[in-house]
Amino acid sequence: MEREPAAAEEPAPPGRRWRWRRRRRREGRKRTVRSNLMPPPGAEDTAAGAAKGARRRQCGGAQHLADNRLKTTKYTLLSFLPKNLFEQFHRVANVYFVFIAMLNFVPAVNAFQPGLTLAPVLFILAVTAFKDLWEDYSRHRSDHEINHLGCLVFSREKKQYVNRFWKEIHVGDFVRLRCNEIIPADILLLSSSDPDGLCHIETANLDGETNLKRRQVVRGFSEHVSEFNPLTFTSVIECEKPNNDLTRFRGCIIHDNGKKAGLYKENLLLRGCTIRNTEAVVGIVIYAGHETKALLNNSGPRYKRSQLERQMNCDVLWCVLLLVFMSLFSAIGHGLWVWRYKEKKSLFDVPESDGSSLSPVTAAVYSFLTMIIVLQVLIPISLYVSIEIVKVCQVYFINQDVELYDEETDSQLQCRALNITEDLGQIQYIFSDKTGTLTENKMVFRRCTVSGIEYSHDANARRLAKYQEADSEEEEMVPRGSSLPQRGSIGSHQSVHIMHRIQSTKTHRRTGSRAEAKRASMLSKHTAFSSPMEKDIAPDPKLFEKVSECDRCLAVARHQEHPLAHLSPELSDVFDFFIALTICNTVVVTSPDQPRQKVRGRFELKSPVKTIEDFLRRFTPSRLTSGSSSIGSLATKSTHKSGSSFLSTLSNNSTLLRLEERLGQPTPAITSNGYSSGAEGWSPEPAAREQEPERELEQAQEQEQELRYEAESPDEAALVYAARAYNCALADRLHDQVSVELPHLGRLTFELLHTLGFDSIRKRMSVVIRHPLTDEIYVYTKGADSVIMDLLLPCSSDDARGRHQKKIQSMTQNYLNLYAVEGLRTLCIAKRVLSKEEYACWLQSHLEAESSLDNREELLFQSAIRLETNLHLLGATGIEDRLQDGVPETITKLRQAGLQIWVLTGDKQETAINIAYACKLLDHDEDIITLNAESRAVMASDFAVPRFRYLQRLLIVHGHWCYSRLANMVLYFFYKNTMFVGLLFWFQFYCGFSASTMIDQWYLILFNLLFSSLPQLVTGVLDKDVPAYVLLTEPQLYRSGQHMEEYRPRTFWLNMADAAFQSLVCFFVPYLAYYDSDTDVFTWGTLITAIALFTFLLHLGIETKTWTWLNWTACGLSILLFFTVALIYNASCATCYPPSNPYWTMQILMGDPMFYLTCLLTSVTALLPRLFFKALQGSLFPTQLQLGRQFTKKSPKKFNAPKETFAQGHLPGEMRTEPAEQKSVSTSGPLSQDCTLPVSWHTQQPSCSPEASGEPSTVDMGVPLREDTLLAGLSSQTPGSSMPEEAVLEGCPGDSKRKPTSTSRTTLLSSIFNLPTFSSLNWISSLSLVSRLGSVLQFSRGSLQMDKQDSEFLPSAPQPEQDLKRADHGLLLGASSRDCS
Amino acid sequence: MTWSATARGAHQPDNTAFTQQRLPAWQPLLSAGIALPLFFCAGLAFIGLGLGLYYSSNGIKELEYDYTGNPGTGNCSVCAQAGQGRAPPPSCSCAWCFALPELFQGPVYLYYELSNFYQNNRRYGVSRDDAQLSGLPSALHHPVNECAPYQLSAAGLPIAPCGAIANSLFNDSFSLWHQRQPGGPYVEVPLDRTGIAWWTDYHVKFRNPPLVNGSLALAFQGTAPPPNWPRPVYDLSSDPNNTGFINQDFVVWMRTAALPTFRKLYARIRQGNYSAGLPRGAYCVNIIYNYPVRAFGGHKRLIFSSISWMGGKNPFLGIAYLVVGSLCILTGFVMLVVYIRYQDQNDEDEDEQ
Repeated sequence: MEREPAAAEEPAPPGRRWRWRRRRRREGRKRTVRSNLMPPPGAEDTAAGAAKGARRRQCGGAQHLADNRLKTTKYTLLSFLPKNLFEQFHRVANVYFVFIAMLNFVPAVNAFQPGLTLAPVLFILAVTAFKDLWEDYSRHRSDHEINHLGCLVFSREKKQYVNRFWKEIHVGDFVRLRCNEIIPADILLLSSSDPDGLCHIETANLDGETNLKRRQVVRGFSEHVSEFNPLTFTSVIECEKPNNDLTRFRGCIIHDNGKKAGLYKENLLLRGCTIRNTEAVVGIVIYAGHETKALLNNSGPRYKRSQLERQMNCDVLWCVLLLVFMSLFSAIGHGLWVWRYKEKKSLFDVPESDGSSLSPVTAAVYSFLTMIIVLQVLIPISLYVSIEIVKVCQVYFINQDVELYDEETDSQLQCRALNITEDLGQIQYIFSDKTGTLTENKMVFRRCTVSGIEYSHDANARRLAKYQEADSEEEEMVPRGSSLPQRGSIGSHQSVHIMHRIQSTKTHRRTGSRAEAKRASMLSKHTAFSSPMEKDIAPDPKLFEKVSECDRCLAVARHQEHPLAHLSPELSDVFDFFIALTICNTVVVTSPDQPRQKVRGRFELKSPVKTIEDFLRRFTPSRLTSGSSSIGSLATKSTHKSGSSFLSTLSNNSTLLRLEERLGQPTPAITSNGYSSGAEGWSPEPAAREQEPERELEQAQEQEQELRYEAESPDEAALVYAARAYNCALADRLHDQVSVELPHLGRLTFELLHTLGFDSIRKRMSVVIRHPLTDEIYVYTKGADSVIMDLLLPCSSDDARGRHQKKIQSMTQNYLNLYAVEGLRTLCIAKRVLSKEEYACWLQSHLEAESSLDNREELLFQSAIRLETNLHLLGATGIEDRLQDGVPETITKLRQAGLQIWVLTGDKQETAINIAYACKLLDHDEDIITLNAESRAVMASDFAVPRFRYLQRLLIVHGHWCYSRLANMVLYFFYKNTMFVGLLFWFQFYCGFSASTMIDQWYLILFNLLFSSLPQLVTGVLDKDVPAYVLLTEPQLYRSGQHMEEYRPRTFWLNMADAAFQSLVCFFVPYLAYYDSDTDVFTWGTLITAIALFTFLLHLGIETKTWTWLNWTACGLSILLFFTVALIYNASCATCYPPSNPYWTMQILMGDPMFYLTCLLTSVTALLPRLFFKALQGSLFPTQLQLGRQFTKKSPKKFNAPKETFAQGHLPGEMRTEPAEQKSVSTSGPLSQDCTLPVSWHTQQPSCSPEASGEPSTVDMGVPLREDTLLAGLSSQTPGSSMPEEAVLEGCPGDSKRKPTSTSRTTLLSSIFNLPTFSSLNWISSLSLVSRLGSVLQFSRGSLQMDKQDSEFLPSAPQPEQDLKRADHGLLLGASSRDCS
Repeated sequence: MTWSATARGAHQPDNTAFTQQRLPAWQPLLSAGIALPLFFCAGLAFIGLGLGLYYSSNGIKELEYDYTGNPGTGNCSVCAQAGQGRAPPPSCSCAWCFALPELFQGPVYLYYELSNFYQNNRRYGVSRDDAQLSGLPSALHHPVNECAPYQLSAAGLPIAPCGAIANSLFNDSFSLWHQRQPGGPYVEVPLDRTGIAWWTDYHVKFRNPPLVNGSLALAFQGTAPPPNWPRPVYDLSSDPNNTGFINQDFVVWMRTAALPTFRKLYARIRQGNYSAGLPRGAYCVNIIYNYPVRAFGGHKRLIFSSISWMGGKNPFLGIAYLVVGSLCILTGFVMLVVYIRYQDQNDEDEDEQ
């Protein structure tokens, strides 16, 4: 997709253009945005603005900025022809063919009628042009659709928001967006209906994540109490030039009074995202149209070249060489011939016009050129077009495969790269993310250990086993979501089109059963809640008893001086453990009927006062209590407030949805809230509800059990649900406080001072709270055991307490190892109590870090490190992430297919190993490689697969077919053209090498295009060398593609040799049959043409493995077409077709029995060797594929068994298969054995940036998967286009877990270790890797080459060149993806 | 959105035989077992055809004489020597006499054959104007450029017929004489010189230009004959239906041969006493030797040939069929051996199982 430069879209008079160029230079790297409603700064701009009409933007600075019109089309009506031709002539092949055609216009060397040779070139050009035109038209239509979406823009004239099309939005416009609307441009958030100035957006359109990201109104605007009035906006915004970094936005807003305020990416709403849970927002457009980050990230369709195509291009070069050789040979022959007859006064000699005869050398030169024209068919002009056609059909069939269709999510497999389907049949390596790709990403709490005591949760395990069974009876399950009201469909009505266009693979992974998921997907697009399996955790009775005891005990002691001191150390740990589980996260509480529907209103005053804290808070003017509490002295109110709000902002992914009291019943006003299209201004707070809170409160309490938790990562939700099972329920979360509901204690409200979000360097997250019971400052930390264990407070072995603690630590470590062996994901929970002085000290530096303008991330990171030390271990949890259906089976098959599978995980090594056993990834004698590789992610998917298990069919069946079909078709093309050209070449020996042809020029030109093209296309599209079920039962058949068995240099040359033989037969049999006869040259030539056609079809017949009626029809049609065309052509005009003048030739020929006899004899003789060889080989040395086909033949006869039985059963020929297989392995052994793995990993490497927070889990939860879409990046990117540094996915807006790429670096895996020969699995356990792997990695040949260069910097990179070339088929799998537009 | 509409996903592919690639298909499997009957059948059929062709071809009689006149090869060498290097060569005649011990079964065709004559070379083959030959008056006076250098005469007159092919028209002529009894008089055997060209060539492709005042000569006024021609095109024959562009010798010559050794039909012998063939007796062919071929190493031959359904004598096709047929049978046997061995192995395998 080509993007027009911004300037081209905004035609400006030359003077103006010159001016803004100058201005741009002056601006440097800044963009200045002013309100369009403001009086313009310069007089000249006023004039221009006035002239352009009232709606013209008047802001001088924005004059040159792109408007919001989306234009992805390449052509206009006028520019189509020249531009398209220009582009087509970038292909060397086209230039070559035109050159040949032009050569024909030179009288001395022309072979054919000049016009005629142009015909095929023009045909090819026309077909391509038509295709381009059609594609462009489709783009135009979708552009038009998007451009004409509506949104509310503030109008200066009407002083209110009016409906405008998207394309009419300009930089500097004020846009109002309502709930569930799609954001039309990159907009700076100036006002939100949310009292805290927050706005939630869903970035699914950009990155496939269905969770919510939080955005914040620009500082200084959130205090506006009344509705934001765009007319009063006089500030100037300075920000970066448009760039494609989704994770970054910097700038400042300069107010009239000269005050500056910083702008961050939390202030920017990105085009393509959807407003959620916020009634309405207002913002000013900063980047529009093609300057938006989403569009700058859209690289458009990828054109890649497959391995097979590269090989083919190489062979085309061989053909060129052959052509030159033949022409040269012929030229020399002609020179000699002319020299021989020069002085002989031969009657057939034709002198020049002046009577002189040509010198042999001149004649040879002319002959050479003419031969090139005559033999041009050797370079198959139609090959490229045919391949395109076949690939389009292959993509169609892959997309159409019902067995790759996921009913649950209504998504089928998507091919985004249209021209590398055959690479699917040659994959050698699979690099897969684990979480969400292999697993369901359904995190289920399994067991935990607290204070050194393990709670095995046996009941819970039994419960899970039950779910396992139930899941298999999917359809019978009663849909639990049936109570879901029909929502969403109306609300998102307006955006339905674009949603469908953009989000074709919505998934609903966390709904319980398939049936439910299906139902839910129909009802709503926004389910992100846990299934009953994940929610209904059966508590361990012992632990439950302990928790209850804590609760009771504290309820009694709560009003005493040190309530916690009344607990035993163990119980205290238990209590803290559960509090930490509950609050040390970013989980948001929502109500079930209204997922993601934010409930408005604050009703704290009405709830019963339970604690003195509550009391104090209620009567403190500020919502934060810092001013009135004992730590008020630490910071001024304003600093504190801004500080903490900033921090929570920093907790990027925290998706802080608030649910106050349970007031979520869907009153019509609320339901339509945000959906209602006519909303003129939001009503701040529904006053009606204020008046009867009591009644609603009761209802709310009834629903208390129905609380839903929405989390960034499913691990978090799992822990919160686990805590709830112990009656320690997260009741409410605001950005400054968290409430926990306990049976006896009631509601405990923790003042949330800071949230230090998860990042993959620290591998932990922390919350800083003020404990309501003790008024102390607590830090709860949750993280990877490897990290937490090192941060624990060193305990002296001198005193008993220290020894006890040490024992607890070692016990916990033991249990952690146990969990890992079970394949559970482990997390450690720890706490730290801060004295007020410590806190004050830390806060000081923390606030400094926050307010620092540069190096802020680094400082915040350091700050977090300072806080998270000297921790007290509470306990650890084990969470199970269940494997997706069919994963072990699929992996088994893929391994049998010879694929090497690498899985990346952030789990503990033991966990990884055990999951690997579960996946059948590991056999017991295999090595495990552990490494930390820092890498960089590249998002570019070529295929999107709904489920992992579909990979099996995609690769083993479709990949194999695609490869086999295309390889055979390409080979056939080469054969056909060589054979045809051979006929012409042999004739040269009998015509004095004069470049004369016996075949009529029309046949010569049309033969490839018309007569012989259809059957090979049908075969190329439909042929199945081995049926699907055999391919699936015998996955080792896939190796034929990996080893390029169908199309390798040897095959090519054998093919060419056969072509030479056949052309010899097809020439000399008619030669001898018509020797000494009175036949004329074109009658004889027509006979040979017919023979060639029959031979081609018979050859194709031998090569075709499955004959459907389409094949028969195509062959019949081909013959019919030839004879019909020939008969008509030969009867149409007696004098029109010089020099052949074939009048009535075909008619005479067809009346001659010799014609048929010669055709029969020649075709059969030509194919006899091939048939003989194939038959012999089929019996004596059958290839794997042939064996596979033989099973097909036999199975119905001998087994008479249903497909399934056959699929599982032992195949009769297995004994025979083995030796053959071994053979093939041993021959190819060296290939895989000396192969170092030339693979690089590109994962986004996090810099030390505390900005990356908000991911509360520590180890491996960084995978922001909300989708089980798999992406397979294939290895065919050209070096130039590889390594897009900022990919769409990496930088999902608001997802600040992704780091600025400037800090990323690439490391070469292959240089770190060699691939063991025997192990087809390698497990990479790397924390930093996996935490980045929400995005999809691309493994590309292009990047390989780049890495090769990189590897020079690495000390250990002994990597042979040929390895690099060999192992070039890898498949990268990762979850979550979405094309952004 | 209704339930029924969403019961089936919007993206669910059609479940048809075509889209799911489940079209009923015949899946032949190339192996010895399958190829075996194929080879035997084809072999038998080919041998049958080959035998038929062979005997057909064998039944065809041919009588051939090389009259190029290389030294010491007969009396035509005199003419060959005489004509060497002269243009136009003098009218020289020589004879080829032979005796037929028995009836030469008819219908008998008389061919002449040229060797080493590249009628199919490119510059020669294109040097003609089909429009002129079809009698188009405008083309008659404006031959196409492809005819160069035989497009315009030295005097600047358009050449009719133009081009190298026409210029090199074969101009030997033959007459056949039959001596019924030894010592008896030689009787001229009537040679049918009509109907030797393709019907469509004679009637459609080649047309004389419209007569002027009833005269063909006037129609060709303003044109020059090709340089090699001793007389203009309208004088090729006295028969008005066989002169000008529609002279059958000319038409036959203009159909350029496929290979450098070629025959062209000269006459058919089918009239009078000779309709059944040439009776036994002595024969002499009187050759008017004009056409110089020795300069470029060419050969001229005269051939009497009878005709069957398969055309002229051609032993190759029959032999080729026999050979290929035999090869098929042979391969068939190889396949049989392979098949039997393979089958045994297969059975063993199954037994093992």
